[in-house]
Amino acid sequence: MNDSPAPPKLKVAVWKFASCDGCQLSLLDCEDELLPVAETIEIAHFLEASRAVAPGPYDLSLVEGSITTPQDVERIRELRAQSKLLVTIGACASAGGIQALKNFARVEDYLRVVYATPEYVETLATSEPISAHVRVDFELQGCPIDKGQLLEIVLAYANGREPRVPRHCVCVECKRAGQVCVMVASGTPCLGPVTQAGCGALCPRWSRGCYGCFGPMPGANAEGLDERLAMLGSDPRERRRLFSTFYANAPAFRDRHAQGRADEESS
Amino acid sequence: MSERRRIQVDALARVEGEGAMSIVLEGDRVEDVQLRIYEPPRFFEAFLRGRGHEEAPDITARICGICPVAYQMSAVHAMEEALGIPVTKPLRDLRRLLYCGEWIESHVLHVYMLHLPDFLGYEDAIRLARDRRDDVERGLRLKKIGNDLVSAVAGRAIHPINVRVGGFHRAPRRRDLQALCPELEWARDAALETVRLVAGLDFPDFRCDHEFVALRHEDEYPFNEGRIVSTGGLDTEAHAFESHFEELHVAHSNALHARIRGRGHYFVGPQARYNLNSDRLSPVARAAAEEAGLGPRCDNPFQSIVVRAVEVLESCEEALRIIDEYEEPVASCVDYELRAGVGHACTEAPRGVLYHRYEIDDQGTIVDARIVPPTSQNQATIEDDLRRFVQQHATLPDDQLQWKCEQAIRNYDPCISCATHFLKLEVERR
Repeated sequence: MNDSPAPPKLKVAVWKFASCDGCQLSLLDCEDELLPVAETIEIAHFLEASRAVAPGPYDLSLVEGSITTPQDVERIRELRAQSKLLVTIGACASAGGIQALKNFARVEDYLRVVYATPEYVETLATSEPISAHVRVDFELQGCPIDKGQLLEIVLAYANGREPRVPRHCVCVECKRAGQVCVMVASGTPCLGPVTQAGCGALCPRWSRGCYGCFGPMPGANAEGLDERLAMLGSDPRERRRLFSTFYANAPAFRDRHAQGRADEESS
Repeated sequence: MSERRRIQVDALARVEGEGAMSIVLEGDRVEDVQLRIYEPPRFFEAFLRGRGHEEAPDITARICGICPVAYQMSAVHAMEEALGIPVTKPLRDLRRLLYCGEWIESHVLHVYMLHLPDFLGYEDAIRLARDRRDDVERGLRLKKIGNDLVSAVAGRAIHPINVRVGGFHRAPRRRDLQALCPELEWARDAALETVRLVAGLDFPDFRCDHEFVALRHEDEYPFNEGRIVSTGGLDTEAHAFESHFEELHVAHSNALHARIRGRGHYFVGPQARYNLNSDRLSPVARAAAEEAGLGPRCDNPFQSIVVRAVEVLESCEEALRIIDEYEEPVASCVDYELRAGVGHACTEAPRGVLYHRYEIDDQGTIVDARIVPPTSQNQATIEDDLRRFVQQHATLPDDQLQWKCEQAIRNYDPCISCATHFLKLEVERR
């Protein structure tokens, strides 16, 4: 018998900035694990699931969404000060998300398209990742994140170890799954060679090219892939669009957007 | 002298997205009620301009992680209208099957995890599970089958990857869909048990008299197709949506308020669908609704939880029917030629009518996009109901009034991520 007291539970908080709610929903989508995990950690702040809110400080803050308003900038600084560990979940928090497309445009034009009375809306000119404003301990990638990887993050920190998440590209998962390469076999543009694994090579398994929703892997050679896609006959506009979706603002893909614009204008 | 009271909740829980509610009371008289949506705007309609028409389903899915299928469906139907692409059986049935999965997943999330705790006096489903584990486990297992269905048809539950203009990237195998049937048969029984569970809850006596708006199909309960009809006699088609409905920008909200031109606000969602289509339910769902005490028309927004449970049952029944009849298509999508055009579509998202309109050029590039989600259509109606509800319960102590108002807002399952274009509860008593 071990009669030493149980270690204190990891006190977890979930926060939202500009996002679609999908990444925090991933926690509620852990249908088999939710109740057992909820017994081993303390869910102190998770508004999508509970009206009970415990004040900080927190052991682990999971942050969804990007920074798009002056109030967001203040709030993320306060959350960082209250959090021992801060982990971003998803493309919006880790890279700015699809809404970072406005970083490439004039925000006044955008306001006028959506809202008849733009002066009612307070917004920054950019959508930025959390790391542009505060120190981040771990960035979990994906649009949406993989719920297995999310559980790994929470359980790793609950057990006092570093999380283990693969950093290789989608191609590795694709080969392991025994998939035929869509780019080699049918010339389909595919971001698999530069995109971080985690989805299980989903798109190739459904007969389409990867569209990069887990973002560029560390050290991704996006320029090399861009050149290869051009050799396969993909035009500059198609390639620019391919790199400019949910991770458009991640540096490796942002450079491709800029190059694509330049190529389109010169052609 | 009357007392001025102000109750304030900075962030409303158990809704999708970020919003606030402020209520001002002079004594026990309601002065003002505002549902404030401060979820920051994300400008989807703006950055869709200049994108490829084929990108619309994947991009618009990111408006909402709870109902991405709805965005994908309205997007592909609108594009197919613009391009003149006929999509027929079995691809049409596969889309309906996909929608069944999303209704199950989204409705069960709301019934068991967001709404039921209010009725039973718990702050969340995890606390509820400490006393009623069987109920919460039933809910989680039901929700999982909804997600599994979406994954089986379209790759993954959140932001599925298999939907495209003209059909699908790859049609699911018949054997992979049939493998879901034993769990779906369990789910059909569990859904019926859910209808019985929620029918026995205590409902406040509260009626509303809104104009309900939903799709109506000639012989199906509406998912992907139908005419736009209302309890006020409206009967029109998606391409005439903007001539019947308008959106107004109000200062306190980043969501636009909608109304029927010349008439005022209206209401979309499960209750509206049920009230306009209860005769289109399958016999098993209709019998369950009757047993639950729902007449042909449900006017109490608190009973929307029963309607959602009935729609979960309907979705399980319909999914089983579609899988039984499913034959793998020869081609997973319909080929088409590019042309310039304008396309419109309304489909029934879990929270109600979702309208998309796109104008594309002859290269298939999007020139203009317009998206009207269900929650922004309902926002004015929610405020109106809340005003009357607060007036009825104004003598309650602040903490009880606050929880009741939160519950009342959750009746509408507001998806604020969709509507923004956050919920904060403030009650001010003067």
